[in-house]
Amino acid sequence: METIFYTLQDFLTHSKGITYLIMGGILVFMPLYWLFLTDRDEKKETY
Amino acid sequence: MEQTSRISLRPLITPFNMILGAIIALGCIITILRFTGGLAAVTHLDDNNPWGIWIGFDLLCGVALAAGGYTTSAACYVFGLKRFHSAVRPAILTAFLGYALVVLALHYDVGRPWRLPFPIFWQQGTTSLLFEVGLCVFLYLSVLFIEFTPAAFEWLGFSKIRAFIVKLTLVLTILGVILSTLHQSSLGALYTIVPSKLHPLWYSAYLPVYFFVSSIFAGLSMVIFEGSLAHKYLHHKMDDTHLKETHGVVLGFGKSASFIMVGYVAIKIIGLSVDNNWHYLFTDYGAWFLIELIGFVALPSFVYAIGVREKNIRLIQWTSIWTVLGIVLNRFNVSLIAFNWQLSSAERYFPGWMEIAISLFIVAIGIVAYRLATNFLPILHEHPDYQAH
Amino acid sequence: MAISRRKFLGWFGGGLSATAVSAAGTAMAGGNHHFKGHPDTMGVLHDISRCIGCRKCEEACNRVNELPKPEKPFDDLSVLDKKRRTHASLYTVVNRFEVDSKPVFVKKQCNHCMEPACASACFVRAFQKTPNGPVVYDESVCVGCRYCMIACPFNIPAYEYDDALSPAVTKCTLCAPRIQKGQLPGCVESCPKEALIFGNRKQLIKIARERINTHPDRYIDHIYGEHEMGGTSWLYISDVAFSKIDMREDLGTTSAPQLTSGPLAAVPIVVGLWPVLLTGIYAISQRKDKVAAEEQAEAVASAKAAADEEMKKQIAGVKKLAAKEKEAAIKKEVKKALEAVAKEAEEKNAEASEKKEE
Repeated sequence: METIFYTLQDFLTHSKGITYLIMGGILVFMPLYWLFLTDRDEKKETY
Repeated sequence: MEQTSRISLRPLITPFNMILGAIIALGCIITILRFTGGLAAVTHLDDNNPWGIWIGFDLLCGVALAAGGYTTSAACYVFGLKRFHSAVRPAILTAFLGYALVVLALHYDVGRPWRLPFPIFWQQGTTSLLFEVGLCVFLYLSVLFIEFTPAAFEWLGFSKIRAFIVKLTLVLTILGVILSTLHQSSLGALYTIVPSKLHPLWYSAYLPVYFFVSSIFAGLSMVIFEGSLAHKYLHHKMDDTHLKETHGVVLGFGKSASFIMVGYVAIKIIGLSVDNNWHYLFTDYGAWFLIELIGFVALPSFVYAIGVREKNIRLIQWTSIWTVLGIVLNRFNVSLIAFNWQLSSAERYFPGWMEIAISLFIVAIGIVAYRLATNFLPILHEHPDYQAH
Repeated sequence: MAISRRKFLGWFGGGLSATAVSAAGTAMAGGNHHFKGHPDTMGVLHDISRCIGCRKCEEACNRVNELPKPEKPFDDLSVLDKKRRTHASLYTVVNRFEVDSKPVFVKKQCNHCMEPACASACFVRAFQKTPNGPVVYDESVCVGCRYCMIACPFNIPAYEYDDALSPAVTKCTLCAPRIQKGQLPGCVESCPKEALIFGNRKQLIKIARERINTHPDRYIDHIYGEHEMGGTSWLYISDVAFSKIDMREDLGTTSAPQLTSGPLAAVPIVVGLWPVLLTGIYAISQRKDKVAAEEQAEAVASAKAAADEEMKKQIAGVKKLAAKEKEAAIKKEVKKALEAVAKEAEEKNAEASEKKEE
């Protein structure tokens, strides 16, 4: 990203925008990773 | 064990219901005035005081007091404290109704409510804490709705989809805690942008932490308080499990709330110390600050502790009302009383009667919806055909 | 146990976000970025000592922006008897103050901050600091939440509360379309006393500094707006103390984006770490329940085993006793039998000897 940011406001608009997208990704990734991690655990009985 | 899921035969024309009806009717009329005459026709808002009780009470208090949803479901499903299970559905119902009503209240307050989806779907102001609040409230309302549906599906008999959603309980609960942490704290963070307008005893870089921590014991106290109301007026809808677990919920939540409140007082004192604001304590606002912190947090925390030690259920229940009032006082202080403290008294804001009427109108709708739900749905009792999840 | 776990987490979470808040606050939104604003930002220098309160600037503003005419005309100076603030369709006001029994006149309008609080606060990006200088407002996305009005430290934005269907926020535009065409802002052009000068902000600061240095007895040694709230495009020099003419001197130099960058920075940390913490608590409490269940099962099993053992011992004891008794009984019977046989034999003997004697 070659754009210079002249104001903190512009910088934050840019960086926070990307950050929110990453946050969404994290919320999707975490449960999937948990399933991966616990895939081969002993199965807990569920009735 | 007999359970009725039909409407009870008690007459609906009670004095209380008549008052509710009057409030709702009045609210409908004021609604028309609001959308034909603008905010000026109905509120005392002005250019110096753009936010009044629709933000200070409906939004800030509404969100804080609906926090019972995430705290109770976290206690039961994340911390594994199964003895609180019967408190989960009522708490989720309250939270869902609470947040839905907050969104309804916002439709009155913002100038162009049909544009409320704009910040999420059209143009995102990502530097704004209000964007953060809006996004998280929107997502959390969706989570709460999903968490609420099993009760409705049990009533409707849709067992397959009910089973599917029940499987999602843990994920939804964790997501609910994350989203709640974010928006509860961001509501406090809204005010970090105006150190020049908020009295130094309430302004702090820790505002987000204060709002988040206080939302926890606000939620726990509301569950105790609403539980005591439900016991009195909805006793016939409660099953044995619910009745048996009640004392445990009151004692357990009272104990947690007490301890968390001590932590909150500690970090408030730290906030004073970090900004070296001690001298403000000797002013009028200082006295008011101490009334809020000592009279409505430290003292009820201590009385909760006495109630827990003596196993005095009544005492804990009364203290829960006290604590809830303390939360309301804090939110009012931050948004209305300590805010714009430097303006002359002629320039200060006081709500108009129609603003108050709309706030009551929204609470009345909430009460009616809660009673309808607990009357027809398996909220206070388990549905005989389904196992508790 | 479980209660203290929740407490620990409450503390931990609180401490974490507090750390994030305070750390990010001092570190200028992550890292050591320093922003100087657009290089060609224009501004206006308001020399308060030159203002005579004629209100021509107010009239020009009203005309240039095609705003509705006010009740009292602009040449009615009795309006200055009361302190006014900006209002819907009133982008700028001139106020009169009595300082040391002399009248002082000050013009007030949007200061077009270098790091505008309204832009930072707006959740639909309706405000933007343009490279030219003006902070412009886009009515087409405004939802009417009025957080910008809360945020502005100068209390400038006003709202059309009377409008039910299309209320907008109103404030000075620095005549953005006019300066784009190379014209002066309406107010600057109309000022008869050159109390308003429009130009490059950096140049204006030099001019202001020069004026203060040339007439140190005349001016307060401070260029208002040079650093306040991170700096504003509208600059002021005055012959009386700013606090006496309703210009706050306690606003500090930290800009609004800077003030909220701390809490904003804490938000993604919660999203990154809370899933780990909460799932961890869940896993631990599940494990704890599982181990407790296993231990309980084990305790039940070993208690049962001990009871079985006990039972077995008792049975063995009873058996032994029974065997002993049986043996004793047998012995007794045998003895009896032997005795009986002996007795019989004795009796037979006696009989036989009796017979022999006959």
